[in-house]
Amino acid sequence: MKSTPTALKILDAASALLIAAALALVFGYAPMERTMGLVQKVFYFHVSANWVGMLGFLVAAVAGGIYLAKGTPRWDVIEVAAVEIGLAFSLIGIVSGSIWARPIWNTWWTWDPRLVTVTVMELIYIAYFMLRSGIEDPDRRARYAAVYAIVGFLSVPLTFLSIRMFRSIHPVVITSSQAQLSPKMLQTFMFSLFAFSVLFVSLLWHRVRLGQLTAHIERLRLKLSE
Amino acid sequence: MTAAIAVDRLTKRFGLKTVLRGLNFTAAQGEFVALLGPNGAGKTTFLRILASLSRPTSGEVRIGGAALPREAATVRRRLGVVSHQPLLYGDLTAEENLHFFARLYGLAAPEERIGEVLTLVGLARRRHDLVRTYSRGMQQRLAIARAILHDPDVLLLDEPYTGLDQDASAMLDAVLQEVAAQGRTVVMTSHDLSRVAALASRFDVLARGRIAASASRADLADAQLLAFYRTAIAEEAS
Amino acid sequence: MSGDAPITSLWQATRAIAWKDLTAERRSRELLSAMLVFALLVILAFNFALDLDPKTRGSVASGVLWVTFIFAGTLGLNRSMATEKDRGCLDGLLLAPIDRSAIYFGKAIANLAFMLIVEAIVFPLYSVLYNVNLFLPGLLLTVVLGSVGYVAVGTLLSSMAVQARTRDMLLPILLFPVALPVLIAAVKASAGYLGGLPMEEIIPWLNLLGVYDVIFITVAFMVFDFIVEE
Repeated sequence: MKSTPTALKILDAASALLIAAALALVFGYAPMERTMGLVQKVFYFHVSANWVGMLGFLVAAVAGGIYLAKGTPRWDVIEVAAVEIGLAFSLIGIVSGSIWARPIWNTWWTWDPRLVTVTVMELIYIAYFMLRSGIEDPDRRARYAAVYAIVGFLSVPLTFLSIRMFRSIHPVVITSSQAQLSPKMLQTFMFSLFAFSVLFVSLLWHRVRLGQLTAHIERLRLKLSE
Repeated sequence: MTAAIAVDRLTKRFGLKTVLRGLNFTAAQGEFVALLGPNGAGKTTFLRILASLSRPTSGEVRIGGAALPREAATVRRRLGVVSHQPLLYGDLTAEENLHFFARLYGLAAPEERIGEVLTLVGLARRRHDLVRTYSRGMQQRLAIARAILHDPDVLLLDEPYTGLDQDASAMLDAVLQEVAAQGRTVVMTSHDLSRVAALASRFDVLARGRIAASASRADLADAQLLAFYRTAIAEEAS
Repeated sequence: MSGDAPITSLWQATRAIAWKDLTAERRSRELLSAMLVFALLVILAFNFALDLDPKTRGSVASGVLWVTFIFAGTLGLNRSMATEKDRGCLDGLLLAPIDRSAIYFGKAIANLAFMLIVEAIVFPLYSVLYNVNLFLPGLLLTVVLGSVGYVAVGTLLSSMAVQARTRDMLLPILLFPVALPVLIAAVKASAGYLGGLPMEEIIPWLNLLGVYDVIFITVAFMVFDFIVEE
């Protein structure tokens, strides 16, 4: 195993710069929202974090599919990495949403379809790790995890749909409809999405490398013990 | 003529752990091979691969000319397996159990064949009893009946004597002798030398993921068997 | 011999496996009696927890029923797979020259039968206990659609959970978040029928159940091989 590849170092630097730039745009470029004020600025990173969370789970499901087709351990490593990142960013999404909801909706928590769906997703992927830790044989663990990553991800749109339909029948006091974005807001928002996406790739790469290094150490240890 | 079992450079890894490393093995039609070896040598793993229950990491496995895992369905038709677990349903009677497996194997005239194998293993009179009420020895004999129900060419036995007392073991011996006499190829794992000494026509020692030594019954007197086994394992370990 | 096709057709093998489970259960009645007693206990618990007086019971009946079915169903799913695993019977099935999917479909059909039997007994009991008429054709359809979806995913996940160290705990944790759409849709559709809502408010829920059933039966069919084949 070599030390950190140059491309990854460049990617690290790029994501750091992009996030810094996104911060600058959020606070310096995007105009202050008239009714919500400062707290609206959470929105840019809140949606970006949720986007990365979703992306992570999507990558995991795809990696799971490829693992089942090919059986190469590297896809299992990618799958775990993507789920971990997805979990972390979804949590950031939930917390930042809460921070926004407190002054705007006057509550930390609401049974908004998006919020509940993300929470159910968190539960699915926590269950994912419980499944992994319950199975000893590495091949079987990887296969089962891949199956669950796929099944879990497929259930997400149906969960969202059912919760939204559930709400739409009862009168909804608080709607989460998007406020109109001014062009500058939209630009800032798109830039944040991009910055977070680059950050995602960089983190995923790091986490996959970590997984491969762990496997490598395990192999060396096994060789020593034999 | 193709060998009943032909295994070429078989490797099996579980994650990073290598259990079988380049194992070569052949068995001719009608041979009764005792697969000996210490615990953890890979006997069960090897048998599970032959039984199509586990995929080889690399290497070639052919049963009656059909390759695993590619032609698994063909292999499964020709294969009977007895493990240390009975693979039977306790809440069904002996007859129902066999009937169920006869359906899975698509047997044409199951009733007749079920009667035949039950008589062979000496359970014809208890065919309507729930398997749950059977003793361990009877369950194991029924497991053999199940394994030979579809008249397989190859019979694999994984530690079939586990948990059997003297009488039950003797009875199992008799059944196995009869089954082997019908021209089947038999591979049986055991860590108990004395058990297999009377039955097998060949003795293979599996150690550290390879066949460490092989000797036919003709080559060895019973008295020499233990010495053969010890030497084989010692050589491999050094 | 033509190629490597299994000798027994998918349908024959599926039927044989379902027959085996149903016959064994007819003998022992272990699974069904456990599911039933548990279901009644859940209803009893709800009676006091929610104080099911005549005014509120109408609106919560569908929720109580579905939570009962789903809890009892989990019990059955766990047990049904454990019998295959514990005595090595799953290996026995895998040794047979049958399509692997037959194991999934056979077990799923048997699990569905168990769940429907429990529901068929709970329904009249609940009707008598709370004096509500549950025998509406639409409601029965909802019960079937919901149970199919729940069992389709449940059979798949229970065949994984049973191999884990923590298996009894693991199944509900794996199953509930994934089966949430079934619960929501089934509860809402049932409540719709019980409350006499117009069909156009119920149809979307039935559609959702139907879509869920189709998606997860298909997925389970595609991935089951990877669960049982080593």
